[in-house]
Amino acid sequence: MSLTRQDVEKVALLARLKFDEEQLDKMTDHMVQIVQYVHKLSELNTDDVEPMAHALDVHNALAEDVPRPSLSREEALKNAPKSDGEYFRVPAVLGE
Amino acid sequence: MSDAAYDIVIGLEVHVQLKTNTKLFCRCSTEFGNPPNTQTCPVCLGMPGSLPVMNSKAYFLGMKTALALNCRIPNYTKWDRKNYFYPDLPKGYQTSQFDLPMSEEGYLDIKSTKDEFEPRRVRIIRAHLEEDAGKSMHDEAAGRADSRIDLNRTGTPLLEIVSYPDMRSAVEAKAYMQELRLLLTYLDVSDCNMQEGSLRCDANVNLHIPTDDGMIATPIVEIKNMNSFRSVERGITYEAKRQYDVWKETGKVLGELPKQTRGWDDSAQVTRSQREKEESADYRYFPCPDLVPVVVTDEQIEEVRKEIVELPAMLRERLESDFGLTTYTADVIVNQGRGLVDYFLKLAAVSEDNKLAGNWVQGEVLRTLNELEITVDEFNMSPEQLAGLLKLIQSGDLDSSKAKSVFAVMLESGKSAADVVDEMGIEKVDQGELEDLCRQLIERNQRVVDDVKSGNEKAVGALIGQAKKENPNVNPGQVRQICLDIINDM
Amino acid sequence: MSIIQKSATEQLALLQSGEITSAELTQAYLERINAVDTSVGAFLRVESETALAQAVKIDRKRKAGESLGKLAGLPVAIKDILCTINTPTTCGSRMLENFAPPYNATVVENLLAADAVILGRTNMDEFAMGSSTENSAYHPTYNPWDTSRIPGGSSGGAAACVSADMAPLSVGTDTGGSIRQPAALCGCVGLKPTYGRVSRYGLIAFASSLDQIGPLAKTVEDAALLMEVLAGYDPLDSTSVNIPVPAYSESVGKPLENLTLGVVEHHFGEGIDPEIESAVKQAIAIYESLGASIKNIELPHADYGIATYYIIAPCEASSNLARYDGAHYGYRADQAEVLAELAEDGSDEGPLVRMYRKTRSQGFGAEVQRRIMLGTYALSEGYYDAFYLKAQKVRRLIRKDYDQAFEQVDMIIGPVTANPAFAKGEKASDPMAMYLEDLYTVTANLAGVAGISLPCGFTENGLPIGLQLQAAPFQEEKLLRAAQMFQNATDFHTRRPEIS
Ligand SMILES: [Mg+2]
Ligand SMILES: [Zn+2]
Repeated sequence: MSLTRQDVEKVALLARLKFDEEQLDKMTDHMVQIVQYVHKLSELNTDDVEPMAHALDVHNALAEDVPRPSLSREEALKNAPKSDGEYFRVPAVLGE
Repeated sequence: MSDAAYDIVIGLEVHVQLKTNTKLFCRCSTEFGNPPNTQTCPVCLGMPGSLPVMNSKAYFLGMKTALALNCRIPNYTKWDRKNYFYPDLPKGYQTSQFDLPMSEEGYLDIKSTKDEFEPRRVRIIRAHLEEDAGKSMHDEAAGRADSRIDLNRTGTPLLEIVSYPDMRSAVEAKAYMQELRLLLTYLDVSDCNMQEGSLRCDANVNLHIPTDDGMIATPIVEIKNMNSFRSVERGITYEAKRQYDVWKETGKVLGELPKQTRGWDDSAQVTRSQREKEESADYRYFPCPDLVPVVVTDEQIEEVRKEIVELPAMLRERLESDFGLTTYTADVIVNQGRGLVDYFLKLAAVSEDNKLAGNWVQGEVLRTLNELEITVDEFNMSPEQLAGLLKLIQSGDLDSSKAKSVFAVMLESGKSAADVVDEMGIEKVDQGELEDLCRQLIERNQRVVDDVKSGNEKAVGALIGQAKKENPNVNPGQVRQICLDIINDM
Repeated sequence: MSIIQKSATEQLALLQSGEITSAELTQAYLERINAVDTSVGAFLRVESETALAQAVKIDRKRKAGESLGKLAGLPVAIKDILCTINTPTTCGSRMLENFAPPYNATVVENLLAADAVILGRTNMDEFAMGSSTENSAYHPTYNPWDTSRIPGGSSGGAAACVSADMAPLSVGTDTGGSIRQPAALCGCVGLKPTYGRVSRYGLIAFASSLDQIGPLAKTVEDAALLMEVLAGYDPLDSTSVNIPVPAYSESVGKPLENLTLGVVEHHFGEGIDPEIESAVKQAIAIYESLGASIKNIELPHADYGIATYYIIAPCEASSNLARYDGAHYGYRADQAEVLAELAEDGSDEGPLVRMYRKTRSQGFGAEVQRRIMLGTYALSEGYYDAFYLKAQKVRRLIRKDYDQAFEQVDMIIGPVTANPAFAKGEKASDPMAMYLEDLYTVTANLAGVAGISLPCGFTENGLPIGLQLQAAPFQEEKLLRAAQMFQNATDFHTRRPEIS
């Protein structure tokens, strides 16, 4: 399985991370190593095996449609890096 | 559209906000229109450590809708995460359904009473549940100012209904949306308010163009932001023309360009490219580990099916076959919603002529509701009162134009038809008296007799005018019939 | 013997009899922390004032004859991964340096309802990703037995504070071994409950299908006592299970009869430290002498545990950690810096995307970024089937191995780690070497079964060695009773480090 520096750069954008050249080299190195290691799973034939998403066989955890108090706006915005007291503020969504 | 140089191929993705008290995965209220960021909690804010718990009502409403759309409900369904970064999506993923949706393979039939298109069965690929995002507001000076984020809507339950690309014109797409909205209204599963965003529509559009080298298809474009039926129609019409022009200019066909997303700009009446929505559209779906699957038995599915009310298509058919209404009248009444249908059914039950009842509901009653901008629940004339008026029309005591005046006074005064007729001094004309009058007029108008005899029945109109002058209470229809009978016997 | 050297169970008896007050006990621990934590670094924050106030309140309640909770007056340290209302909860990350959640985790509610005294927040690998507690954004934690070595991780602070008598009880989390491994390396008892036994509501997620909260303590009885308070169904956690919680602390002293223990020969293959191998084999012999029968069993897919884990955990983490983007809470990169950088490299990324990227690259440490990258890659288009789906299938095989094993034996006995505590920095630059630390522990998380780590010896250098017992889902009660049998027959749990 080949994993190139360009692949890593693409994944970095997808993951919303940013690396300088040196970090990118190191990350590529590490990822190649790990991907090579986990590749050992391909030794196993799993054609008839059902995937397991949960550790437990639980289903139908449902709640009643009854409202509970929300947080106050002050509490909701308290941890925001930037807000105007009414809204969360983020850099312009639309570029340029 | 048959003479156009191309076929438009349209599939719709409709998002319906379900009518629950609380959000899909937390118990914050879903009420619309409250001050920004006052309806949030750790769960819908995507706070570290918070966990979702599925709203049972949302699942029930979703299932009911899917069944009404003739979908199959699998016994097992699960939740998946759709990963992407956007500030109105605080967790960095939307909890949705990917490979095992709660319903699949249904359909919705559409037809036009104005013959705008052939009746069509629009197949539905799937209807699945997912959570809504919040709202981001962008300032005009984009790029410079901040965007503002309101998370009140975040986590509101949505049913996403995805159709096959079965529609072939903008009018069909609009009709599909209208029929879907009507069905949802009958089911009472959503407010269906397009302005408030509780019913939203994205369209996947491309063209099939016959060329000398055979049929080609243009690249598929997804149109977003069509917030009214009118913009669905106009957006698609615009986009079709645009795609045709682009194809003529570039010759690019399906597969040669990636799928594009364009937003409908209602003020400029154009679609515009939304580059930011396309970049890195790799959603990395995987099963949500925080939510467990939902398992339903066939018995549970049948229980829900029982709760489905009579739907528009069945009602239209019943009004035509059991009540003798015309296709058009049945359509108009049913399209107004269950309230007007119930009004009609009550009226028909207490009056003798179903057709007359249908015409009056579709005509005067509906016109009044529209004029007063009220719903049928707010309409103060009971079916019994209206039936009283219809009785007078049937017996020939009132002609239709007088009946309309009586109707207007009844509306204002709340009095019965008989009382209004009395007060207005409209007297019932005795049948013998009326026949005498007609005979006198015929004697005085030999030319009318000749005209009628030579085949011009319309000539009798002159006699009706004279009869009204003699006695304002006469019923023109009756005068016409009596005069024709006498002349033909001569 | 000073009060802080006693077990929590003993302290509780003294509190109940009125021989000591919670305020005195809390004060004694605060003094101990003051004296030794500069060399251990187990705590991120000591909450002296609120702890003492809570202790005084409980003493007053006791004096007034009011009914009290199960832990009344006992100090408890909490891993800094559990949300506590209006109190900083950092998860060992810069990203959450100034984050104070608006709510309590369910286990925090449980502790408060049990009248525990919350002593402070223990150090951890950032977002629980690590096996050495060197990945904390704030400072490393050192092993109390040898402060040139690491305490294990990610609950390194939780284990070290118990081991160094800075808290009688502490709460940790275990995603791939993060309770059991540091418990083993620090010489204390650590229990990873069955998935679903303890509510995860308010536990800052690393890998949601693997994470479990559990107790760390000096003795098995103490772990049982704390477990009783942590466990239980929670309607706020869809994956928690509605099964009654046994009275672990009452039954823990009853030895098990006809105990059958399974030994996996493969556990003693190459790579295991000979001192560990001999200590664990001795422990097996002790169980035999206590009447247990030993049976050789196999977990044929155990060798694939690490590979499976290092796909599933990063995939879930890449999604769980997407929320840290600087928009709604936590760290955000400086706007002027973002705009300047954009202008400089002429990218058409837009200020929002660049803000996200800078925020996340500055706010997360290297290991966290590595796992986010791995998970994002493994889930991305074209790779899902080869990585995530494949791992989910192997996960099923691993679970089946356990199911088959538990048809033959009551529990599986074996090592917790292949090596004793390693030197600080030894594996820091080699992620694969660090990942292999979890060799014996990850499979329990993948399968969702319960596991406990307890002291079973020391190396010649005086480093603790851990013994692992694993049991079928919801068999914590048996697990604790079996562990207690061993503890009754040995004295490893009584030894304490001398901190220089
Ligand atoms: Mg969707
Ligand atoms: Zn909420």
